[in-house]
Amino acid sequence: MEAGRFVVSTSPHIRDPITTRKIMCRVILALAPVTVFAVAVHGVHALYVLLSSMAGAMLGELAVQKGRRMPVTLNDCSALLTGLLLALTLPPHLPWWTALIGGLTATVLGKQIFGGLGHNLFNPALVGRAVVFVSWLTYLNAGYVKTASLGLAHTATHRAIEKAVDVASGATPLAAMKIVYDPSTSPVGPGGVPHGIQASTYYKPLLLANPWGCLGEVSALLLILGGIYLVVTRVIDWRIPVIYVGTVAILTAITGRDPLFYTLAGGLLIGAIFMATDYTTSPLAGKGKVVYALGLGVVTWLLRFWSNNPEGVMFAILFMNGMVPVIDRYLLPRSYGIGTETREGKA
Amino acid sequence: MEVRTIRLPRLKLKIRGGVHPPDHKSLTADKPIRRIPAPSEVIIPLRQHAGVPCVPQVKKGDQVFVGTVLGDAEAFVSAPVHSSVSGKVINIAAHPHPAGGEVLSVVVENDGQYTPAPGLQPLNWREMDGDAIRQAVRAAGMVGLGGAAFPTHVKLSPPSDYPIDTVILNGAECEPYLNSDYRLMLERAEDIVEGMRIIMKAVGAPRGIIAVEDNKPLAVRKMAEAARDPSIQVSSLRTRYPQGAEKVLIYNLLDREVPSGGLPMHVGVVVNNVGTACAIAQYFRTGMPLVERVVTVTGSVIREPSNLLVPIGTTFAAAVEACGGFTEPPGKVIMGGPMMGLAQYTLDVPVVKATSGILALSQEETDYELPREPVCIRCGRCVEACPMNLIPTYLAAFAHREKWDDLLRLHVNDCIECGCCTYTCPTKNPIVQLIKTAKAELARRKARSDKRAQEKGAPAEEGGHGSR
Repeated sequence: MEAGRFVVSTSPHIRDPITTRKIMCRVILALAPVTVFAVAVHGVHALYVLLSSMAGAMLGELAVQKGRRMPVTLNDCSALLTGLLLALTLPPHLPWWTALIGGLTATVLGKQIFGGLGHNLFNPALVGRAVVFVSWLTYLNAGYVKTASLGLAHTATHRAIEKAVDVASGATPLAAMKIVYDPSTSPVGPGGVPHGIQASTYYKPLLLANPWGCLGEVSALLLILGGIYLVVTRVIDWRIPVIYVGTVAILTAITGRDPLFYTLAGGLLIGAIFMATDYTTSPLAGKGKVVYALGLGVVTWLLRFWSNNPEGVMFAILFMNGMVPVIDRYLLPRSYGIGTETREGKA
Repeated sequence: MEVRTIRLPRLKLKIRGGVHPPDHKSLTADKPIRRIPAPSEVIIPLRQHAGVPCVPQVKKGDQVFVGTVLGDAEAFVSAPVHSSVSGKVINIAAHPHPAGGEVLSVVVENDGQYTPAPGLQPLNWREMDGDAIRQAVRAAGMVGLGGAAFPTHVKLSPPSDYPIDTVILNGAECEPYLNSDYRLMLERAEDIVEGMRIIMKAVGAPRGIIAVEDNKPLAVRKMAEAARDPSIQVSSLRTRYPQGAEKVLIYNLLDREVPSGGLPMHVGVVVNNVGTACAIAQYFRTGMPLVERVVTVTGSVIREPSNLLVPIGTTFAAAVEACGGFTEPPGKVIMGGPMMGLAQYTLDVPVVKATSGILALSQEETDYELPREPVCIRCGRCVEACPMNLIPTYLAAFAHREKWDDLLRLHVNDCIECGCCTYTCPTKNPIVQLIKTAKAELARRKARSDKRAQEKGAPAEEGGHGSR
């Protein structure tokens, strides 16, 4: 019997077929419906934003890795995913070069500077978005305007608000509500909700087809379906999105606002499902994930209702990303057999 | 005849980790145990157990019989080895061992007669006390047949300040591919229950639990039928690797945690493999020591995967030959299962007491891509999978950077090396390999500092806490 030469290595001798690339591709797949629908709703401008953001992210990764003479890891699809996620947090009519710079910053400043995949402290896509946000806020706001003039009809509420407050820029539903609730700008005076303007009239468009907002906010339903797919395929832990969104909803209700509206509107769902669950920038183990998600909920709530901006998801996630090393230091699981007693002499 | 089904609450299982690799059990699950003759020469290593190696009790040219003691040691943690054939000792020399390295081995030329050694007598354990049973078990060369090969009489000797209330027979057989325990449970259920009674008597335990994974319903039924004794329960456990790891089994069955650095007896438990119980019963019935064992010879490149009853000392090559040989050159040959088994570089190693299986993987199955630079994406899969609730990715990183204090702070010595972390890692980081290397280095450092302390007469400082 000729046996030949054998590979000798230590156990285990089999591996789960899961790879980083497969995980990234599953997330991209989960985002595919909302991406396609965003282009359908917002038109070709959305496509420009998507392509330039993804190109920027991949270029950034390629440039750093080539420059440092490291193996190029574009085929793990993580840079592509970063670019896609960034694009989905941008308005459809943003100038393409802004998205490109956002993508470049995302992978260069958000990821590669820390040492690449697995080493970054902050969510790269949100680092990219933060740079766009602070650098070109007017472009960001203007990005929504043209959307509002697209064929998709405004709800009566939205029209009423825009008319009432005479906004120069286009208003996302969250921004509209901010104006409604702000005592200084509210058309009907402090504390009161204008007659006929109800957050509930936004439910349907926010869930199914929302023309006012970032690309990824085009349909809450598609985001939720993507999230379910990721939970079922065990890519993400359900606890982070569920606790995050739940905390925001409960705190919103306690504040006296409409919890469903504030769940569906803005970046909460895409942030909770696709960004707060980013492996590298979220805690490793169970207890830490719960604390992290609770923290995200509280910070988002604070920023949404007590800051100048209508939205708080981006800075909430970036802030809690920074807390992760602390959380991971103090909230690791108790390992087996630590702090347990022997049964000496007990019969 | 109670079948108590313990279905683990989901949450608890989640906390206790584990993975579920494809089990490939169907290759040999329905193959009855088939006895094969010993080859013309058997190679019997003098170390087939955890502990002190044996010294030869025979010399070249001696006539030996089946059951003749070939080697023994004075030490407590050791077990004698016996000849599996009758014939002449033709050599005593170092020989490749399936657990690695070369071990002094006795080569016996098989005369084909299988004459039993004179004086081997059945023993009536019902008339023996615990000490007599332990001595008999030691004399039989009994070791844990699940793969760890820890001398059984040591397990059966808990100090009096640790009363044992439960004996667990481990029939989980959670390693993929292996069926040797499963076949024994189907074919020798009565012997296993008898072995359980002997062990319970030896340690004075009032209760016995036979634990089987729920992917073996037939074995659960057979064992329940055989266990007519109300003090012996059969528990069906959820199928999940490493359900059969001692500490995991104790936690899942009894909700007790063995303290870090401790032993099952510290929580009132003794765990033995079903195969060991079966062998003990057979020994008391026949007087014949441990000279053969069931080996699952399996894998995609074995022509006729089988469960063989193999005389100890038969080479892997002869065992594979008895299964029709290879269909194609294998990429890897493993003693044991794919999760914790030991890769072999030659088939010229003998089947030893710890050989639960011989697994041959194809070249295709062997070639998975490994990263040039392992990275951690912090996905947390290893943390979820670790049955000991450790943080494998941190341990691997600290091992890589030789951060000894940090390794001890994160309880590296509690790692049972089950490999779940490494199996489940999407970046194919060699986590458990790094941990094993670090544990070995920590043990060396501790030994060095202990020695230094002894020389100085001062207590040891460095190296931390109880590794076993």
